Amino acid sequence: MSQSGKYRANPPAPGMAYMSRELKQTVDLTESTVTDDFDERSWDMVVSLGLSRQLTTGTTLLELAAEGHDDIVVCTADLGRPTQVVNFGKRYPDRYFNFGIAERNMIGAAAGLATMGLTPVISNYSFFLALMGVENIRNDICYTNLPVKMVGTHSGIAMGFYGTSHHCCEDIGALRAIPNLVLMAPCDGVAITSALRTNIRHPAPIYFRCGRGREAVVYDKPFDFRIGGSNTLREGRHATVLAIGNLVKAALDAHAILAKRGIGLTVVDMYSIRPIDRQAIRDAAARGPVFSAEEANITGGFGSAVAEVMADEGLGGKLTRIGMPDDYAVLGPPTHLYRHYRLDGEGVADTIERTLSR
Amino acid sequence: MPSRAVRNIAKSELREKARLIRRETVRLTDICGSGHYGSAFSMAELVAVLYYQLLHVDPARPRWKDRDRFTMGKGHAAIGLFPVLADLGFFPSEWLDSYSRLGSYLGDHPEMKKTPGIDFSSGSIGHNLSVSVGMALGARLKSSQARVVCLMGDGEQNEGQVWEAAMSAAHWKLDNLVGIVDINGAGSDGVAQETMGSEPLASKWDAFGWNVITLKDGHDLDAVSDGLNRALNTPNGKPTCVLAYTVAGKGVSFMESTWQWHLGFLGPADLERAYAEIDAGNIG
Repeated sequence: MSQSGKYRANPPAPGMAYMSRELKQTVDLTESTVTDDFDERSWDMVVSLGLSRQLTTGTTLLELAAEGHDDIVVCTADLGRPTQVVNFGKRYPDRYFNFGIAERNMIGAAAGLATMGLTPVISNYSFFLALMGVENIRNDICYTNLPVKMVGTHSGIAMGFYGTSHHCCEDIGALRAIPNLVLMAPCDGVAITSALRTNIRHPAPIYFRCGRGREAVVYDKPFDFRIGGSNTLREGRHATVLAIGNLVKAALDAHAILAKRGIGLTVVDMYSIRPIDRQAIRDAAARGPVFSAEEANITGGFGSAVAEVMADEGLGGKLTRIGMPDDYAVLGPPTHLYRHYRLDGEGVADTIERTLSR
Repeated sequence: MPSRAVRNIAKSELREKARLIRRETVRLTDICGSGHYGSAFSMAELVAVLYYQLLHVDPARPRWKDRDRFTMGKGHAAIGLFPVLADLGFFPSEWLDSYSRLGSYLGDHPEMKKTPGIDFSSGSIGHNLSVSVGMALGARLKSSQARVVCLMGDGEQNEGQVWEAAMSAAHWKLDNLVGIVDINGAGSDGVAQETMGSEPLASKWDAFGWNVITLKDGHDLDAVSDGLNRALNTPNGKPTCVLAYTVAGKGVSFMESTWQWHLGFLGPADLERAYAEIDAGNIG
């Protein structure tokens, strides 16, 4: 077990204040209780949530509703603010259902709403949605093949020191084994917008696996977020990284780092986990060593999906799965965890360089 | 909400429909080799009154948008519903003859994608009141007069999700939603209240903000008809729960009030005994 052994604080606990007056001024503070007479490092939920700028679900759904999608209803389980759909509820109170802390009820009711011709969008933390609710998702939404869209946020280890109960590294393994379910991973706010815009009319269930909203920006304009698609973001001749979620940005950083060391890296955003873009995997295997990269358990996760295609098609070649080990994560601030698990740009670059030099 | 039309049907005919449910449950179980006698028999009068007298459904248009919805929390009793749907013309009665066989549209639990007249799939206990809450919200959004009826079991009341759904239905004032609890007292492990007590149910549902109608005898056709009709016509901003106290295995003497016949099978000699008792019976 990775958590056994004697305790060693690493790094030694620093002061964790990160808020500044400048940062606060970038946030809508209308509902905040933190006024000017507070210390500039102090913050309340309103300040903090305002920084989740990549969670574009609510603003996108508001746009879609304004464009005439009057069939959209939003469901959440006491997480409308943290997942950034609360503004939809303010604008369309009749089409916004907050179930309180009752996720399984929410999932079933979303299925019921879908049978009535509505388009339910569930917005919730992924560990309560995908892990607690997996049986309800399977029986009520997927087996019945109803057009419910699920947006699971704060996936992977994004919750950092909130701990294992709030980490969600097993969702890909669980969800990609459920027939009828499309599983996709938008890696930033533009990607979430693209994902919803492209697929809101898809007549079957989709689960969008998202981060906590503070992801680095990858895309500058919306694109066709195609079921079974992928985006090749960089080209290089030595190896390929097939990445999802936060690891797309890490792979882009690794591309830049390795370019300086004479290694050419192709970077593909494999946002469609299931169905997966098999051609992109064939192309990668033909190019050279393949690396899958995800913020999830590599056992049963995205890397396993890549391995299945390589094995099924006899593509041969070497696959290295970058991701979370088959264990529960240690605690720490998210950025520290990404460094610890070698899921940042430096970590991905080192893993690739070491593997290639073997 | 305007009060709703009720179909005229003689009590003798309702009795015959309840007999049909029991007789066909026995026959289909014989095809299958295993069946939920106890809970199909306990709900027979409830289902007969709903489908032949009260529910607004149209077998010619199983997907009619404004139809009433019927969901089964206790999906394992679907064997007692299929004969009714066939009798009403939702699907050919020949389908019943291949019940449970390879490739059949009809199995132990109802499947909305396979069977016309089934409004939602079930089998995992405790889901369908939540689904029904969604349907009732949807009906309201669509300005539909449809009612949503969810039939649950008393063992099902152990499921936490039932109470999540109950809370939300009252919160959203879903007076187009009716929950029925078929309190037959039996579960897989024995007497339901001994396995995990859920009583007193009346005060629980009341405390959760529902109207409560208690039927002391869920096989008394007059009482069932009156109680369910009231439940479907109570526009007071609250959902209504009908607590129907029934008898597991009702109609076949050796099955009545037993948990042992929650699931079972009858060999040829006992099959004839059961048919004879059902045909001679005059329940309700």
